[in-house]
Amino acid sequence: MHFGIRHILTMAMAATVSIAGAASAFPWGGADGWSKQEMEVLSSLRLSQLAPAPEDRSNRYEGLPAAVELGKRIFFDKRFSSNGEVSCASCHDPKQQFQDGRELGRGVGTGARRTMPVVGLAHSPFLFWDGRKDSAWSQALGPLEDPAEHGGNRVAYARVLQANYQKEYEAVFGPMPGLARLPRDAGPLGDDRQRAAWKELDEPTRQAVSRVFANMGKAIAAYEKTLHYGASRMDRYLDGIVSRDASAYNVLSQQEKNGLRVFIGKGQCVTCHSGPLLSDQHFHNTGIPQRNPAKPDTGRRAAIAKVTRDEFNCMGPFSDAGKEDCDELRFIAQEDHSLDAAFKTPSLRNVALRAPYMHAGQKQTLADVVDHYRKAPASRVGHSELKRIELSEQEARDLVAFLGTLSGPILERGQANGQ
Amino acid sequence: MIRRQFFTALALLATVFLAACMSPPTGLDLSQKRSTARNLYLVEVQSLADQIAINKMHAWEAKVKLATGEPVRGASITVGGGMPQHGHGYPTQPRVTKELGDGRYLIEGMKFSMSGWWELKLKIDSSAGVDDVTFNTVIAPGP
Repeated sequence: MHFGIRHILTMAMAATVSIAGAASAFPWGGADGWSKQEMEVLSSLRLSQLAPAPEDRSNRYEGLPAAVELGKRIFFDKRFSSNGEVSCASCHDPKQQFQDGRELGRGVGTGARRTMPVVGLAHSPFLFWDGRKDSAWSQALGPLEDPAEHGGNRVAYARVLQANYQKEYEAVFGPMPGLARLPRDAGPLGDDRQRAAWKELDEPTRQAVSRVFANMGKAIAAYEKTLHYGASRMDRYLDGIVSRDASAYNVLSQQEKNGLRVFIGKGQCVTCHSGPLLSDQHFHNTGIPQRNPAKPDTGRRAAIAKVTRDEFNCMGPFSDAGKEDCDELRFIAQEDHSLDAAFKTPSLRNVALRAPYMHAGQKQTLADVVDHYRKAPASRVGHSELKRIELSEQEARDLVAFLGTLSGPILERGQANGQ
Repeated sequence: MIRRQFFTALALLATVFLAACMSPPTGLDLSQKRSTARNLYLVEVQSLADQIAINKMHAWEAKVKLATGEPVRGASITVGGGMPQHGHGYPTQPRVTKELGDGRYLIEGMKFSMSGWWELKLKIDSSAGVDDVTFNTVIAPGP
């Protein structure tokens, strides 16, 4: 064991420079004006450094092509809604970066938060702005039963599946239960009538219907997992400087490089917007104004109880995982007061293509967003982690210009071309 | 030894180049073997991961001895900490899940969500009394 080793730190401290040099991936120094220390940070942002999304053991169907195909069809099918006019793609529009460009999502009603882009979601341990779901399949189920989104109920969805996708469903998940004797509409989250009808059903029937519903989510998640970001100009530039390919040094303009310097330096953006997806996947209170101060949104704080009690979580009866596979839930942070009014750090990939910004579309432009971080206003609920950042007007403009270099294609695994 | 040297070098490296982001205080004591505040215990911690990767959950081990060198068995250990410069805790709630014998305890659920200065705080409660200790770790940027 290593416990017997002493004084190594003291020795190492004395030799900081030489050790740092020896351990650096860039011992020969930086490129294109970047120091080798900056190169370490820059290198970590490259898309080529993104590890494959982890396997979701709670969804054993996610790798099946037939599940992907079924999930894709469901994703675009408006029959899975109370009014027949809303599909997943209504808000997660492939032509708009799998989001809708609105401040608040709009399905059969108007939601309370901004639609999130689904691309790359399998890299997040918790989904939604507040992380109230712990898998992509469980996330997909939320909007389906939300009265403001798809507005439907699980018995109705099982019927639509049976009527239109029975063969495809059974090829992946096995036989569907009989639904003929069930009421037309019933579900635990519906209106009074639907909830009453759900209560009337016996427990095995409720379980069988809920399993069909869960499987629907698993198919949608299988499709969503195929969506990923392609390389942006930033990636081409960073790959260029890492490989010392001088022909790539002009992929970014001087202004964009200045903005990148702010991003990893005095702007401190990279502290949370880290790694190849430019997100730490965690939740932070950054003092974004409440959309409705009379009814404050407490974000992550309120979501912890929801995800730990969710029947569709990793440890629930519809999960394919063993409890030992559910470490995110086993070790979920509960007591941290910094989670009050904390919201997820979004990926910044393709960010310039999807205004407005923040969890309820509070900021219209990237310039507004940068301005918020410069001013760092106090939070009305909880405490903002931000401290004022002194940026000149020019630096703020450079930073916005840099954010425009993060745009790239969205690709579907298994397809040659992005859309 | 190599692993520890690597980790130490990584931590120092981080200290150097994080100057570009939010710098940890200079002179931060990164030793992984410390006495508790009231000198009741001598505690040594180490990551059990070959390399600490940002956002990857992993386990640590804490070895607890009395000042006399006798291993402390059957202690109740509370795990806390976070990022003092950001005012938030760990993205997870790490905790001791197993006593490994000889005063060694397994801490599971450790995860660092960002680079920078992190504190790991242990509150140790045994028949010898209650005492606490804080370790500093500096996490380097990475994918």
